[in-house]
Amino acid sequence: MNYVFDGSYYGFLCCVFECFEMKEWQAVPVDENRFQPDIFQPHRTIFTDVDKAQRIQKGLKSKFGKSLTDDMYRAFLSEDLLAWQAAYHVMVQLFKGQTNVLENFGDSQVLYFHQTLKKVSRERHRMKAFIRFSKSNDGLFYALIEPDFNVLPLILSFFKNRYADQPWIIYDAKRKYGFYYDTITISEIEIDTTEQKNLQSTGLTIALDERDELFKRLWKQYFKSTNIEARKNMKLHLQHVPKRYWKYLIEKQK
Amino acid sequence: MERIEEKLMILADAAKYDVSCSSSGSKRKNIGGIGDASSSGICHTYTEDGRCVSLLKILLTNHCIYDCAFCVSRKSNDVKRAAFTAEEVVDLTMNFYRRNYIEGLFLSSGIFKNADFTMERLLCIVKKLRLEERYNGYIHLKTIPGASEELIQEAGLYVDRMSINLEMPTEAGLKLVAPEKSHDAVRKPLQFVNTKIQTFQNEKKLIKHTPTFVPAGQSTQMVIGATPENDWEIMSVADEFYKKYQLKRVYYSGYIPINNSDAFLPQIGTNPPLIRENRLYQTDWLLRFYNFNLNEILNPAFTQLDLDIDPKLSWALRNLHLFPVDVNTADYQTIIRVPGIGRQSAMKIVSARKYGSLREYQLKKMGIAFNRAKHFIICADSAVSLGFKYAPQLKNIILQTGNSKYKLQTPENQLKLF
Repeated sequence: MNYVFDGSYYGFLCCVFECFEMKEWQAVPVDENRFQPDIFQPHRTIFTDVDKAQRIQKGLKSKFGKSLTDDMYRAFLSEDLLAWQAAYHVMVQLFKGQTNVLENFGDSQVLYFHQTLKKVSRERHRMKAFIRFSKSNDGLFYALIEPDFNVLPLILSFFKNRYADQPWIIYDAKRKYGFYYDTITISEIEIDTTEQKNLQSTGLTIALDERDELFKRLWKQYFKSTNIEARKNMKLHLQHVPKRYWKYLIEKQK
Repeated sequence: MERIEEKLMILADAAKYDVSCSSSGSKRKNIGGIGDASSSGICHTYTEDGRCVSLLKILLTNHCIYDCAFCVSRKSNDVKRAAFTAEEVVDLTMNFYRRNYIEGLFLSSGIFKNADFTMERLLCIVKKLRLEERYNGYIHLKTIPGASEELIQEAGLYVDRMSINLEMPTEAGLKLVAPEKSHDAVRKPLQFVNTKIQTFQNEKKLIKHTPTFVPAGQSTQMVIGATPENDWEIMSVADEFYKKYQLKRVYYSGYIPINNSDAFLPQIGTNPPLIRENRLYQTDWLLRFYNFNLNEILNPAFTQLDLDIDPKLSWALRNLHLFPVDVNTADYQTIIRVPGIGRQSAMKIVSARKYGSLREYQLKKMGIAFNRAKHFIICADSAVSLGFKYAPQLKNIILQTGNSKYKLQTPENQLKLF
């Protein structure tokens, strides 16, 4: 049995609910955008019901604690179908009473769940490191990112705590949404396609702070000067700073 | 090029031989200003030599009254000299920090006039950052040997980490390259700061609002390959310093020749001893995280680490009577001593075997270096091994099947025919 859901986190949790309601232990959740019907496998569409999803979430939290509840969400942010299925498998086992299923690293689903969490956490950490703000002339710090996983929600509190006294925007260019912090609260922003076209056609709409160019240059200079030529090791360099991140790293731009 | 750019070029270049770049270990919170410390540390980028850049690492000045043979900034070296003003350092730090380029500041300096004068200038910058800019990010400050205790103590209240470099692993080596310096001048402030850290921590247990004092602890650095110490001597010193002064880190820095004026130092063109440096770090890790004793890895009879295999494998080959280890019954401490199995994998093994005996395919999936580990372990489905293998034999098998980047060009025990 395939459960086809809308691809949202709440929809995902509703699959767990459905599984217990119908006692269909073999069911597998599939995102409707990636779903391909299979003649040998029946499927049912699962409608997202906020109440059901919240019941699952509450159940997770009260029975297994906050960190595990958060882990489910983190695994979901990987946007990886196999990881979703692993997380789903873990949740079903947990609710069925196998409360220590997560210790069983010999089980391939459980192991994959842990490995996904590790990958997501690594990407989250990378974003904390690789975000580069530019300062506009009205004092706003803004940054573009294109992370492998949808980790933006996981780094907000970090940036809020650290850059508490400066307004900033972090925008995920791949998933077309971002967050704006006005030194008091964080709010979600979206730029739709027409707006984006307008932005592109008018060229740079954000005027940079007059000293922003200087600090970019100084940073590039520092990056060059702090390198020890005699120890050059490009393989290691690429391992730590993979090319896909260079686009937004000032020090890697010509 | 603006003057500030030139200064940054000169003073970052002079500071880069200080390898410490960690920004971890401090939990400083943002208290109504900007910045906080991330306890795990964050590396914001990596240079082309593969080293991480997490702090803005600069010297306040590279003018120096000393003439240490291994140092770029030595008095007699013909390099461009520069000095930042306090405002420039603060401006750079704050602007880099606000753009998320860096995790904090690493401030060191050449000694001008005398130790106290230099220390005072460094302290002044640190206070400016903390009090005027309300900056709560990471600060790593060099303790200037010979500075007065009052200054060191005051600095400790504002910074996250302090460090003093041992420079050379032994007193004799140090006297060779830097006759004006001594290990005692390093030990004294290390001891002083360590005692203070303990005092503050004890006070914190009683009074909650005790200010923090050097929350990320102290570290030191040794240059290796410049003077003729062997690995055993180097690691003995490191081991002693870890135990005596509760250092967070000892860094080993392969010597990079900077000029040819001293015949007893490696000359320009000599490759830095990168593999040896790596092996020393591996030993360091075994001591701190794998519960090895130094004399198990290095001792007067075995003074030099193997370059072609890692120190844990080397230890295992010298102690084959302790293997194979049954991963399904052995305790955690025994499993982490198996070559190819790290702490994370050992933890997974111990946790997973409660749910059934572990088989080879499961271990492989957990991420252990199976090619190395398989000679030292037994799993539920291990084939019965045919006869005993001698250490050199085993070493060859491992070297030939693995693809270590440190593989020697020719096997040790075979000469080339042509």
